[in-house]
Formats: sequence, structure tokens, C-alpha cells
Amino acid sequence: MKGQDNEMGTNRRVAVLATLAVLILVGCGGPGPAGANSGTSGGIHNPSDGRGGTLRYANSGDWDSLDPADTYYAYSWNFARLYGRSLVMFKSAPGAQGATLVPDLAESLGRSSNDAKTWTYTLRPGVRFEDGTPVTSRDVKYAVERSLDKATFPNGPTYFNDVLDLHGYTSPYADPDPDKLGLRAIETPDDRTIVFHLRKAFSGFDYLAQTPATMPVPRAKDTGSKYKEHVVSTGPYLFQTNELAKRFTMVRNPQWDAATDPNRRPLPDGITVDLNVNADDVDNRLLSGDLDVSIEGSGVGPSAQGRVLGYQARRANTDSASVARLWFTALNSDVAPLNNVHCRKAVLYATDRAGYQRAYGGPTGGEIATNMLPPVIPGAQRFDLYPSPKHLGDIAKAKDELVQCGAPGGFATSISYRAERPKEKATAEALQQSLARAGINLEIKPYPLADYLRLYAGKPDFAKANNLGLIVYGWGADWPDGYGFLSQIVDSRVIRPTGGNSNLGIRDPAIDQMLDQALVTTDAVARQQIWVNIDRKVMEDAFALPGVWAKGLLYRPPNLTNVFISDGFQMYDYLALGTTRR
Amino acid sequence: MPRMSGQAHAGTAIQGRSLRQIAWGGLKRDKVALGGGVAVVTLMLVAIFAPVIVAALGHPPLEFHYDKVDPDLQVPRGPFGGISPDFLFGAEPVNGRDVFSRVVYGSRISLLIAFLATMLSVLLGTVLGVVAGYFGGWVDTLISRTMDVFLAFPLLLFAIALAGVVPDRAFGLAGDTLRIALMVFIIGFFNWPYIGRIIRGQALSLREREFVDAARSLGAGSPRILFIEMLPNLAAPILVYSTLLIPTNILFEAALSFLGVGVRPPTPTWGGMLSDATHWFQIAPNFMLFPGLAIFVTVLAFNLFGDGLRDALDPRSR
Repeated sequence: MKGQDNEMGTNRRVAVLATLAVLILVGCGGPGPAGANSGTSGGIHNPSDGRGGTLRYANSGDWDSLDPADTYYAYSWNFARLYGRSLVMFKSAPGAQGATLVPDLAESLGRSSNDAKTWTYTLRPGVRFEDGTPVTSRDVKYAVERSLDKATFPNGPTYFNDVLDLHGYTSPYADPDPDKLGLRAIETPDDRTIVFHLRKAFSGFDYLAQTPATMPVPRAKDTGSKYKEHVVSTGPYLFQTNELAKRFTMVRNPQWDAATDPNRRPLPDGITVDLNVNADDVDNRLLSGDLDVSIEGSGVGPSAQGRVLGYQARRANTDSASVARLWFTALNSDVAPLNNVHCRKAVLYATDRAGYQRAYGGPTGGEIATNMLPPVIPGAQRFDLYPSPKHLGDIAKAKDELVQCGAPGGFATSISYRAERPKEKATAEALQQSLARAGINLEIKPYPLADYLRLYAGKPDFAKANNLGLIVYGWGADWPDGYGFLSQIVDSRVIRPTGGNSNLGIRDPAIDQMLDQALVTTDAVARQQIWVNIDRKVMEDAFALPGVWAKGLLYRPPNLTNVFISDGFQMYDYLALGTTRR
Repeated sequence: MPRMSGQAHAGTAIQGRSLRQIAWGGLKRDKVALGGGVAVVTLMLVAIFAPVIVAALGHPPLEFHYDKVDPDLQVPRGPFGGISPDFLFGAEPVNGRDVFSRVVYGSRISLLIAFLATMLSVLLGTVLGVVAGYFGGWVDTLISRTMDVFLAFPLLLFAIALAGVVPDRAFGLAGDTLRIALMVFIIGFFNWPYIGRIIRGQALSLREREFVDAARSLGAGSPRILFIEMLPNLAAPILVYSTLLIPTNILFEAALSFLGVGVRPPTPTWGGMLSDATHWFQIAPNFMLFPGLAIFVTVLAFNLFGDGLRDALDPRSR
């Protein structure tokens, strides 16, 4: 929920990956005009229940951490289900079903009090750690407690820090309680019951219970920041060897009991993961059959993309995965004349969205976005308030809006982008060309990626002083839900004058009010409608120029079985994969 | 300064005729250097007449040509990156801009920055070098230590940092003009010690020569000895090292543009094009080949010409 943390987490890292590899965090088999679709995304490829073999993964970077308290990549959350059981989890199922939450360590989804401020879970009986010790609710509480310690675990999200009624609690390592269970916000009345007390209503708490932070950690085995060297497993696999930043291997966990686990059907006997492998090398090995899965799930790089799409046989083994990520350009209402809604509308009408899509690689890179919420998010609706033939822009309408704005000849402003991202540069250049058709002239200003939000575009007084009317950016949801996607980019109350904002200029009290309303709405369908209303309001007031709903081009080698894309993680579901290679 | 340079020029004219004759005689025999010289002149003409050339043979350098690019793969349509009579060097991936026009326009930025930065370096290096060499003592110590400091400077890092913190408007300049001025300053101001050291060494030996003694005994003041007696004798090394400094500066400018701290997009620069091309070289090699070739040819031409000039001007090499 903290924009900066979010940025430090998923966004920024994904960014690095995106620069290296091609596109993006990935995603899932939503429908749509995929450039390369073998036709069954949404279904299961090579369905099989054949057990055995070793599944080989590779990562072009390093893991942020295998420690469940300290990880913030979508692929890592996907993979963590192999060695840990959180209270609830995304169902291991293809397509939209994969975005639904099912109980995992708990017997059912969270039971909330009427005000959505207290959430109770009951643990399944019979779950054991890899050493045979039974898992109790105290192990879950301890795991959540340690995840609060951002000094020891800087990588993880801060959701629990934000929503739990902490009363100043910071870390179990500084806890005077002899059992290190001094956090009053979580109660464990018995071995199987755990109760969370929140600071304010949060109707989507099950999404937090789904994060790896709720995977139980035995206090006796906790070595703080070194726990990642040997995480104690509760899932179907345990760590056999672990060379940090290089390689790790996993084997079946004899203490894992299928009778306690309706969600997992583990097929391979072993798993190997190579770390810090050159991104192009990962693609090459994937195509040559030396590797089974590129674990980041962000799709093949641009050079491999040509080799994959160019051959029918390989093309048939690809999936185009829609991601809960929007590449967009904020229209900064702080900067004149964009403080006038008509000038903002003129920008939206004048934009050549097809050119925006080309900047992100065309249909392979994503779908032209006409509103904010990515279609893969449950309940999202598509609408287009600024239509134009073939999405090329409507210059007549743009000029009309310019007249209403009091700038009939157009105006000049600046556009910023992250210097390290070629696609954002291409976006800025394309927008410069297409807006010039309506007399809107853009000066292009690149800023370093690392400080983009902290010092430049995300710092309101800098953006204003440097006339940054258009700010090229992108946003991905931590989980496919309107809250995870919208809250940090449209809520005006998260804008801090000191910088580090991911809301780049959307200030509307009506939107803030709708967000608050959604947080106390426990009915999922009603809540989804509020997200859509917010989306519509943002577009009506022309606060942002949506560009592309991202997609990734995933390649699956022929030996991979039981392959499908889950909307929960928007990449292949790692819990289900098997291999025919023995 | 106007007075001094005026007189220096007059001095060069007298001495220079024979210098020119000697140099020209040497150069004429050196076909390689002559080839380099022709290439250098051609490049300068290309830079000066870029709009004319592009109007005749290309498309405006900022114009998009989406029809030249495959909408699925974002690579140029057609063989070899879409090379055709219409697009001599093919099209750029994604937006289909004319690579030929961008290379031609890129020469303007490269040469302009390289020339101006070289002039700045040479001016500073010559003045400070000759002063240090002639006066010696504490003046020499001060200037020489300053040179050491400058030589020890992590120039590339400093350039990146400085280019990052300079605001969009400064010193009454904005946009490309400001970025070019900034690059000239960074490259020129930090490269003067290289030529300064050479000039200082030359001045040290010239100072002991008879004609300097003669001038001094006739009552000439230091400024006169420095700029009228000694400077014309330094014309040859200045010319040679200027010619050799230009290609270094072209490479440095390309490096800065490659790293994204040079002139801002969409203005074409060779280094900037190379940087963009790194993501495409396997599937659209034309985009990397031509700006790379432009840098290569330019640097080689200046180096060949500079080497030839040095051989022609240096009595020991004959």
C-alpha cells in the first residue's frame, strides 16, 4: 500500500527485468488479439498426471530472497507455494479461476467481523514442517511478526505494517515477550485459530493472507536475515542445496501430506533453479531444450521473439499472457494548461494509441488500453470515452477541446520518461509526433529510473517547476484486484510533497471518497463495481492517458506438461507444471 | 587577447608560408593522409549541407514511417532493415524513421561538439602550457599540479553527474543549445591538460633557444616573447594535436550520448542511435551498422589525416 514500497518492490524490479528482457511482468491468458497464440491459453497444454523427472528453471537475475517475509516478485510468490503454505492462496487453475482465492493452510477463507476490521482463520489439522513438527497458529503469527521488520527484511511488501493495529510493535527480534509473540494485533487463542485485528476496515484482507508472509516459520529455526539460506518447508518440496545467487535444488518433502492439501498435485521429483543467467542465454536454452521454464515469467526477449514468432513450430508453443499492468502517461493537473480538463481531453483525442502500442512492441507487447483497469483484473470493464478510427486519434475533436480550453492554437509542455527504458523513450517520441498534429508541442525530458519518483517526476514541486505536463509511467497490481491496482495511482491523499509518489497528479476528492467506500464494502461484486466507477471517473476527467495493457510472450518447451497461465500470477502456474523428461 | 591572437596570426603568416609549404609537400606524398583529409572535408560538407542532402536523398529525420515497420515485430520491413532507394540505410525499428537522414543529421552534433570542445581545450592548453613552460618556477608548479589534478579526474563519471544535475534552463540557454554547450564545456574543459603538457614541454625547450635570448636582450617583454616569438613555433604541434584530439572528442561525445547524458531525443546523434540499436542488433542490424560506421569512418579519417600532418610537420620523421 505504500507507493514507494510498491515501486521499490514489484515495479522497479520488474523494470529492470523489462529493460533486460523485453516486455514485462507477465501474464495471463486472457482473450484478445494475441499476435502469437497457440489457441488454448485459458486451457491446459499437455495435461498430464505423470510424476517424476526434474524440472529445470532459470532466472536472469537473482532472487530478491527465498525468505517468505522478504520477497516481492510475482514469480517468487508463485514459486513459494512449492515450499510454503500461506493461509489462503491463488487457486492452481487456468485463466480467471487462477485469480480466485482458496483456503490453503486455513480451512476456509477469512471470516470477518461486520466492520471488516477483525479477520479469523482456522488452520487445517495435520500440517507439518519438513522436520515433522506440527504447524500451529503461533508459527503463522511469528511469521507475520517477523515480516514487519523492514530493517531485516527490506524487500517484502508493507501491507501488514499498514493495516495491522500495531501499537508500536516493530519486530519479534526486539520483542521483550519470551515467546517473541508480543504483537497484540494478532491473537492465537488455540493451536489452530488465528485472529487479525486491523487499524481500519479492509475488505480485501484475504489478498494479504495470500502473501508468503503468512507461511509459517518455526521460531527455533529462524536465523533472521540468514533464514533464506534454508527456509523450512511446509509445502511439497524442501531445499536440498542452496548456493545463494547461483543455484538451488529441491526434492520432495516427505512430511508433506496430500491429505491435508487439496490444492497441490506435485508432479516432478525434483526442481533445479539456476540464478543470474544471462537473459539471452535463458532464451537460447529454453529454445534448445536445455531449460524448462524462464522463471521470471516476463516472456522472451526481443531477439528471441523474432526467432520464436518466425517459425510456425515454435510459434505453436507460445502463450501470450495478459498482465495486470498498464503502461500509461499521467496528465499532470498541476501544470498549466493541463489544469484545464479540456486541454487534457485534447491530449487524449490527439494521441495515436496505435503508435503507443508500437512503442511497446505491437500486439505482442500488449493490447491498446482505452481505460485504466487491465481486463485481467476481475470485474474490470472496457470502455472508450475518446474513440477514434483505428485508434489513430481524432484531431478535429482535439482542436475542438483546445478551443474550449482557451488555447485554440495548441500549447507547449514537457514529457518525461525513464531514461533507461527504450520503450518509454519510444513512447515519448511517438507522443511528440502525434500530439504535434493538434498543435500540442512536447519537449522530451529523460530522467534516471532509480530516482524518477523520488527526485523528478514523482516530486510535485519538481514536476511543476520543470513543466512536466505528461509523465510516462507504468503500474502493475501486486495482485489482480482493483485495490492493488488503483489505490496508489489515483488516491490524492497518498501524494507526498517530499516526492516518491506513484500518483503523478490525479487529485479528485470524489475519487478519494469512492476508494474509502470500496474498503468497507465486503461484497466482492459491489466492490468491483466501485473500481469500475473510479476508472470511469479518471477517464471522464482525463487525468491519465492509458497506453497499453501489457502482455508477455511465454515459450513452453514441448516436454513441459500441465502448462497453463493463471490469472493470479499472470504467468505459468508453477505448482502444476510437470515434465516428460525422465 | 584579440591583440595577441592578431599578432600571432601575423607571425604565422610569415613563418607559416614555409611551414605550409613543408607540410603540403609532405602531405602530397602521403596518399593515406590525403585520403583522410578528403574524407574529413567531405564529412564537414555533409554536416553543413545536411538539410540539402536529406531533402534530396532522404526524409525529414524526425518523421515517422509506420508503414515501413512490421506491426507485429516492430522491425523494418524488407531485407537488410528495409534498405531501398527510398531509404538508403533502411528504417529504424518501431517508428520507421529514415536512418540515412538521422546519420547525416547526427554528423552535425558530433562534429560541432568535437570541434568546439577541441577549440576550448587547445585554447586553454596552449595559453596555460606556454605560460607554465616559459615562466617556470612557482607558476609552472601551480599550473603543472593543476594539470595533474585534471588528469586524475574521473571525467566520464563527472560528465554523467554534471549532465544529470544541470537544469533544463541555465545560463540563458535551453533545449539542445544548452545540452551542446554543456557537452562542449565538459569535454573541452577537462581535456586541456593533454595538450597543455605538450605545449609546456615545447615551451621549456624553446625558452632556451637563441632567438628568444635575442628578443629578450633587445628588451622585449614577456607577452611579446610568449605570443610573438614562441607561439608561431608552436603552431605545428598545436595543429597536429588538435587534429588528433578531434576524433577522441567525437568518441567521447558518442559515449556520452550512448549513456543518455548527451543531447536529448528526438535530436539524432550517432551515440544515441547506437544506444537504441543495442536492443535490435540481432534483428535490425542496419540500425547499429550505419551510425557505427559513421563514427568509425570519421574517427579513422581524422586520425589518418592527423598522423600524416604530424609526419609532414615533424622534421625527425622525414
